[in-house]
Amino acid sequence: MALPKYTEPHYRIWHYTYLFICGCVFFFLIAPLFVIFPLSFNAEEFLVITDGMKRLDPDAFSMRWYKDMVYGTKNPWGLAAKNSFFIAIFATIGAVILGTVAALGLSSRYMPYKGIIMATLISPMIVPLIISGVAIFFFMAKAGLAATHTGIILAHIILGTPFVVITVTATLSGFDHSVTRAAASLGSNPVNTFMKITLPLILPGVISGALFAFVTSFDEVVIVLFLAGLDNTTIPIQMWTGLREQLSPTILSVATCLILLSTLVLVAAELLRRRSERIRGINR
Amino acid sequence: MSSETQKILTTDGIPLEVSLKKVERRNKFKAFLLVAPLLFFLLIVYISPIFGMLFNSVDDRMVTNALPKTYIAMEKWDGKELPSEEVFEAFYIDFQKLMDEERDGKLSTQLNYTKNGFKSIIKKLRRKSKSFEEGNYKEQIMAVHERWADVEYWRAIQRRAPAYSYSKYLKGVDMYENEDGKFVQVEEDRRIYKKLWVRTLKIAFYVTLFCFLMAYPIAHLLATLPMKYSNLLMICVLLPFWTSLLVRTASWMILLQQQGVVNDFLVWIGFVADDKRLEMMYNETGTYIAMTQILLPFMVLPLYSVMKTISPSLVRAGKSLGGTPFITFWKVYFPLTIPGIGAGSLLVFILAIGYYITPELVGGASGTLISNQIAYHMKYTLDWSFASAMGLMLLVGVLAVYWVYNKLVGIDNIKLG
Repeated sequence: MALPKYTEPHYRIWHYTYLFICGCVFFFLIAPLFVIFPLSFNAEEFLVITDGMKRLDPDAFSMRWYKDMVYGTKNPWGLAAKNSFFIAIFATIGAVILGTVAALGLSSRYMPYKGIIMATLISPMIVPLIISGVAIFFFMAKAGLAATHTGIILAHIILGTPFVVITVTATLSGFDHSVTRAAASLGSNPVNTFMKITLPLILPGVISGALFAFVTSFDEVVIVLFLAGLDNTTIPIQMWTGLREQLSPTILSVATCLILLSTLVLVAAELLRRRSERIRGINR
Repeated sequence: MSSETQKILTTDGIPLEVSLKKVERRNKFKAFLLVAPLLFFLLIVYISPIFGMLFNSVDDRMVTNALPKTYIAMEKWDGKELPSEEVFEAFYIDFQKLMDEERDGKLSTQLNYTKNGFKSIIKKLRRKSKSFEEGNYKEQIMAVHERWADVEYWRAIQRRAPAYSYSKYLKGVDMYENEDGKFVQVEEDRRIYKKLWVRTLKIAFYVTLFCFLMAYPIAHLLATLPMKYSNLLMICVLLPFWTSLLVRTASWMILLQQQGVVNDFLVWIGFVADDKRLEMMYNETGTYIAMTQILLPFMVLPLYSVMKTISPSLVRAGKSLGGTPFITFWKVYFPLTIPGIGAGSLLVFILAIGYYITPELVGGASGTLISNQIAYHMKYTLDWSFASAMGLMLLVGVLAVYWVYNKLVGIDNIKLG
């Protein structure tokens, strides 16, 4: 992006203005996340940067909110974390199995009514969450699954499958079907072909879909708000309650942990994307 | 040789055409079989409940079933004068039954939706009716409260006779059906929903616009920078994208509060006085700022993926033909990015129009959207049929936008990350 020497002054000014604007936007995107770190180490009970923190006084910082998160009295976070992971893991497994199988069918060139079926499978991503929440609540209430883990897992499978369908279909778009035919001609049965040939090739797509499904479930609050009882409380529900009632620094400790978790997910997703592009021979 | 073309046969002696068709049919069936589990799962657990909402939104059998005898007696009533003794007696019998089953509270809530003032007079009737004597119920009921002698209230009961009604949809746009069956607007000071729809559209539109204005330069920068720099900057877009929505909302709550970092900074540079700190949260401003930042990655990513495919030589060609940088940008580069702009804008708009969490937390009273009203009726007033009606109205809007999206970009082109 370096400017050539002969650039006229007013374009030079414009170019630096442009870079400055970009810098501001990047700052706007990423800076809010970093406010959370220092405040989560606050020694005070307020959510403001104290004078001590501005002077970098070590006494102004403490781990007390992290201790409170783990050992706190009437600690809701332990149960919430357990529920969140339990629900997210099972929802991911369900979404991956249903979504991958469906994507295989959708990518077949024999698939009839592709457009309308794709639209149906993607619909949970398009319909506003609040409407999905209302509809799923009515169903679960009728089926007697409200306030159960099963109900929430089923709801999260619904939300997760579109991501799996999209990522796996994308991976399959560059898939060379002659390899499966070759396997079949060598006497492999369809299940064996899938496990030994197809799955390893589409695995990056499957895993990145799984990551999306996991994060969606782990972060989902609207539907859980409708469905959850006291025993089904999840991390987002606890954060939601905390943010609405009293903003305590403990929430920021949890938020810091969640940011670290999302960094891990981001790294994993990026590595997978590059690997999948390499496998499909896309060089960018 | 005969002129008739010989049919090609397979080794089994079946015509090739038939055999191929059979294979194709089997392949179609196989492909469908793979999609079937997910399709049926979604149809049962998701799509059918959404259609169920349609039923819920027009279902008005609660009152109809609660006052069966009254409505039979009312068939002969012309609605002009007070109803006859027969209607009052039927109403008394129905009401006695409701009290025995403790369903009179629900009735009063329902009737209160139709006309304000029912709640208190039903409560009063409940108390007084225990000492009613047999016969002449008209006099006795009318003696309970003067409103029972008001023909308007009886007409309100009559209006609830049909088992299905579209009144909730009318309520969703601040209208109601008056006694003559005409659609009229509610009084000026009670029109809230129309304002809310307009506000929802306005906020969704401006958030989309702000996102576009901010995303375009950075997507361009990301697409034109060398890989090693752009990968690093891409993290700035992807990290918020992967971070929990609640975490991001929480950080905005900290930033925007009166004693928060943004206000501290503004006071420090002398932009505002310490005692006149800006109110940026619990109002529309908060909703705009937080939603723009949260939805920005959804605009950047489609724009980036389109800009990435535009060859830099096109711009160079434009310049070499004598275009100034601005002309080349406007005539060559910008038109090529329109598919990305369309995809990003519609994605952000669809997401913004149905947003719930962020407006609820930072929006206060003036920054909430239609979704917040749906949730409110689901959780607090328990007027589920109204919530369903508003949900479906919102859904129709979203599907219309989605249909445009599909026409312009195609759903198959949705890319993630």
